[in-house]
Amino acid sequence: MIASILVQTLVNGSVYALLAAGLTLVFGVGRLLNLAHTVFFVLGGYIMYSLTRTLGWGPIPSIAVTVVGAALLGVLAYRFIIDRVRHHPQAVLLITVALAMFIQEILYWGFGDYYRTSPSLMSGVTVILGIHVSNEYLLIIGVMVVVMIILWLLLAKTKLGTAIRATANDAEIASLMGISVSRTLMITMGIATALAGLAASLVGSLWITYPVAWMEPLTTVLIIVVLGGLGSLKGSIIAAYLMALAELLAYNFVPNGNFLAKPFMLLFLIIVLVVRPGGLFGIILEEERL
Amino acid sequence: MLKRLVSNFRWGVVPVPGRLIAVIFFVSLFILPLIFGSSSYALFILSFANIFVIFAVSWDVLSGYTGQVNFGHALFFGAGAYGSALLNRYLGWQPAVTIPLGALIATLIGVVTCFPALRLRGPYLSLLTMAFPLILAGILMSFQGVTGGSYGIYGIPPIADSRVAQYYIILIVMTVSVLIMWKLTDARSRYVRTGLIFHAIREDEITARATGINTINYKILAFVIGGFFGGIAGAMYAHVLSIANPYLLALTMSFQVIIWTVFGGMVSIYGPVVGVYTLFLLMDRLRDVPVIATHRFLVLSAIVIVILMFMPEGIAVWIRDKIERECPRCKLTNGAWRKECRACGAHLH
Repeated sequence: MIASILVQTLVNGSVYALLAAGLTLVFGVGRLLNLAHTVFFVLGGYIMYSLTRTLGWGPIPSIAVTVVGAALLGVLAYRFIIDRVRHHPQAVLLITVALAMFIQEILYWGFGDYYRTSPSLMSGVTVILGIHVSNEYLLIIGVMVVVMIILWLLLAKTKLGTAIRATANDAEIASLMGISVSRTLMITMGIATALAGLAASLVGSLWITYPVAWMEPLTTVLIIVVLGGLGSLKGSIIAAYLMALAELLAYNFVPNGNFLAKPFMLLFLIIVLVVRPGGLFGIILEEERL
Repeated sequence: MLKRLVSNFRWGVVPVPGRLIAVIFFVSLFILPLIFGSSSYALFILSFANIFVIFAVSWDVLSGYTGQVNFGHALFFGAGAYGSALLNRYLGWQPAVTIPLGALIATLIGVVTCFPALRLRGPYLSLLTMAFPLILAGILMSFQGVTGGSYGIYGIPPIADSRVAQYYIILIVMTVSVLIMWKLTDARSRYVRTGLIFHAIREDEITARATGINTINYKILAFVIGGFFGGIAGAMYAHVLSIANPYLLALTMSFQVIIWTVFGGMVSIYGPVVGVYTLFLLMDRLRDVPVIATHRFLVLSAIVIVILMFMPEGIAVWIRDKIERECPRCKLTNGAWRKECRACGAHLH
């Protein structure tokens, strides 16, 4: 029981972390709250589904195409829609919600209101310290670790990473230094949606995909991002695992757990925010007067 | 008295196109039943539109004027609906009693939830408030015996027996609520200070506090106003539809109100009114168009995206800027066709 909860926490936490990392990156760099973020996750799930089930591709090319496709769609959505309203925060909120609804309706049109899953990526079970862990779970956890190392190297060591961090710090000064804020944001958005696409392709066989599947993870991911502190990558990764644990504990141990799991997580969030108004690792927004 | 009213209308309303449109709009709402007949479907839909107008305007007061952007306004709507539905179901009280009490319950919940919210600002506040309706929905779902679980409470009596009476009651409540909220947020009012203070809190809370305003009290007041009118809307909705279910607390409901208000234009009372009337009625009309009916959400979201790309401030604000112009010298509003200010004669270009 305890062991399976721990394994499940690591798996769910990894998926949440991939999603939350993208959301917090876009917020940190552009102060844009992208409510359409998880719709790219759903979109990735559908790309994966059509590649593997309809076209019968193998897992590796499908994952690659899903990631690239999600990144491309994110870049297009930013370039043609979000970039135009970048300076109006409320309009950004609304336009991303409208975009999410738009994509959801397109998916309804194309795939119908059915529950879809992709075939599993790996089979077999590995025994670690006497616990049976499915290889697919290990793959998800492994990919998460590798991706986070790559992301960290990208942000810390490359010229693009420097540009992204500079824009996050102060967009005005960054643009004075010759960094195109709009272009940096576009690339960041691409990275974020690529991460969402990757998460979707990894859990294609474990989580059910349907057109409205973006709302449920959206609240969870937003809670995680706020708990970790908006704009903090480290914070959101830690918070992802914490929230996955809290959710599973509530499911398994609280009476009426399936109804109260979400309220339980939210109560935890409220307590953390009352004690630390900037999240666990957040930037304090007091100076910026947001 | 009457003479003053006439002269106000002659000099204060007629020369300003926006105000004239607002007056014509409200007058036409009052005479509509005479045109449509007493039991038509249009009155039913307009009643819902009027309820949603109260709901959207109350969000605008809290989130637009005071800047406490609330992602969980459905909390007040759902609390009002469930409050009045439970009172009616278990105590058998009539709508005339349950609706105000439901609104008071929503206000109380608003006050309770604003205490954790007062410590936060910006996106943290928005995302925290998003949590509250989901918590309430979870609690209601887990007490299935009392609240009916996911089916909700049904069989609540309507506000009035005839549809026309119901329409007029809702319309009067809507007009009075919108007027009260408009006056409370009027920054140029000589009688109430709240409008000016709400603007100050949104623009720069630190400076507002430095000038001696107890911003905490005014933020609580904003939550009270938002909660009360959101609760009235929810309670009336429950009685008109004769059902209160957890869907009223869903994320969709919270986003819906943001969509209406931002589409119409934030920080303006007429913005949410225009937003609700455009989008809600458009949605209803599209149901009758043969091909579009099944894809009406697609059409709606496409319209919202396109309009916002070109009018990021909202459609009502965009139109207002086209038909009205503020005098640079005396700050009086003029029609856009005028070359000189109607009061001080200053050039408007």
